[in-house]
Amino acid sequence: MTLVVEARSVSKTFGRAGEAVSALAGIDLEMSQGDFISLIGPSGCGKSTLLRLIADLAKPTGGELSVNGKTPERARTDRDYGMVFQSATLLDWRTVTKNVELPLEIMDVGGSERARRAEEMLKLVQLGQFADHFPWQLSGGMQQRVAIARALAFSPALLLMDEPFGALDEMTRELMQQEVLRLWGETGTSVVFVTHSIPEAVFLSTRVLVMTPRPGTISHEIAIDLPSRRDNETRKNPRYFELITEVRDALRSHD
Amino acid sequence: MTGRDDLEPGNRQIGAAPALGVEIPLTSSRPATARRLAAVYTPAVVAFAAVILLWEGTTRLLDVETFLLPKPSEIITSFVDTWSTVWEFGFRTLWEAFGGFVIGVVAAVATSFAAVRWVRFREGMLPIAIAMNSMPIVALAPIFNNWFGSTNVLAKMSVAAVVVYFPVMINTTRGLLEVDPGELELMRSVAAGPTETMRRVRIPHALPFFFASLKVASALSLIAAIIAEYFGGPQNVLGQYIINRANLFQFPDAWAAILVASLLGIAFYVLILVMERLAMPWHVSFRETE
Repeated sequence: MTLVVEARSVSKTFGRAGEAVSALAGIDLEMSQGDFISLIGPSGCGKSTLLRLIADLAKPTGGELSVNGKTPERARTDRDYGMVFQSATLLDWRTVTKNVELPLEIMDVGGSERARRAEEMLKLVQLGQFADHFPWQLSGGMQQRVAIARALAFSPALLLMDEPFGALDEMTRELMQQEVLRLWGETGTSVVFVTHSIPEAVFLSTRVLVMTPRPGTISHEIAIDLPSRRDNETRKNPRYFELITEVRDALRSHD
Repeated sequence: MTGRDDLEPGNRQIGAAPALGVEIPLTSSRPATARRLAAVYTPAVVAFAAVILLWEGTTRLLDVETFLLPKPSEIITSFVDTWSTVWEFGFRTLWEAFGGFVIGVVAAVATSFAAVRWVRFREGMLPIAIAMNSMPIVALAPIFNNWFGSTNVLAKMSVAAVVVYFPVMINTTRGLLEVDPGELELMRSVAAGPTETMRRVRIPHALPFFFASLKVASALSLIAAIIAEYFGGPQNVLGQYIINRANLFQFPDAWAAILVASLLGIAFYVLILVMERLAMPWHVSFRETE
């Protein structure tokens, strides 16, 4: 079976020779269909850069990187992934429905099929009744849910999320985490999730990759062996706290 | 487009025009709207009436000579007496201004699109365009009279077109280029090509810039047309009429022509506000306020 993401000693340097800054070095990663992987680490550890390489928003300077068995560029033009950014990045002049339909429009999907998909996606993120609202009429959490619906609209095999809940308050954040897990379960997509929250990474993932900066490398890989059904009970599970401690220690081991 | 109505049913204040701070209402379906309109317009109407009364009062009280500053009542009398002439001349001038406006806007938008599409063109041409923008363009009027013939309407339209061209081109180019990088990345992530990005991100983003420049350009085009008329040409236009009546010391007539020019300028401006409202109902300046 093809790996969803496969990286072999991938590196990324910014700037020209002489004053080059190494952002990522020696990244090895294997991700199978259905994995939920979190990248965690301090600011500047290259976790967002790695996500951007997978998304072909930047090019690696060394190593081999493939997405769905193709080059990242090919995967992007084949629309193998959907991306959710740090800010919702909704287009102000489009209603919620029209924002969700955006990728479908670009793919030349017919009007009625677009409307059907958008309706389905908005139901999935529980925003059905806000279909005709404009983004500025929604709260931050709702906007981010629209962005998730947009990323899932064309049923990509892979969902890339770059600190999607960073700007949300703690309560909304926990609700959104629950939501993402539900979507992941219902759609069978694989997820790469960038975060700087330890509990978030542990709660969501099947695997947590701890990254350290200068240059950005994956220093620890922690399998999350919590029961696959995650809910508020999970947050009280002693194993949950053990895993949080494990990730925290991994992050601190490089100070 | 119905979502906003559902959200706050009692709130229908729409159409704030930022440049003037004036509300342009386009929908009035509820009784509350009339009261709201009255509240919005009353201060402006009162202030306008006060200025006119003050003007009339001071000119009477100080016995100001008509050739220095006619009383508003004298201007209105002349306006009524010369009604058909000033409007006929006014529309001829407006035609010059509007024709030039359209030519200038079309050329400006074409340049802006080219500037976004070809980086070389942008880097080569824009600095020159910005430098030319500081040139007093109405000074070209005698040259254009020479090129097209002073009786050819194109001589006047060209001046208006050149005056309109620069602000519209510079603002539209900025609007097309200064797009949120996040939105460009989003478009890249869904494998959208340059045409798609232009259509779905850059153009909607440039609309507020474009309309802001049109508002400036509408006034500029009328100014340019009238000044171009001062440099000679047919007599049946506002610019020549103002000169002729002033030479004959018929100052209330000249002021009546200025009044017509102002009314046409306001109408032109309002037309653009309406177009703006129709083109981008989603914009922040049209949102309902608490």
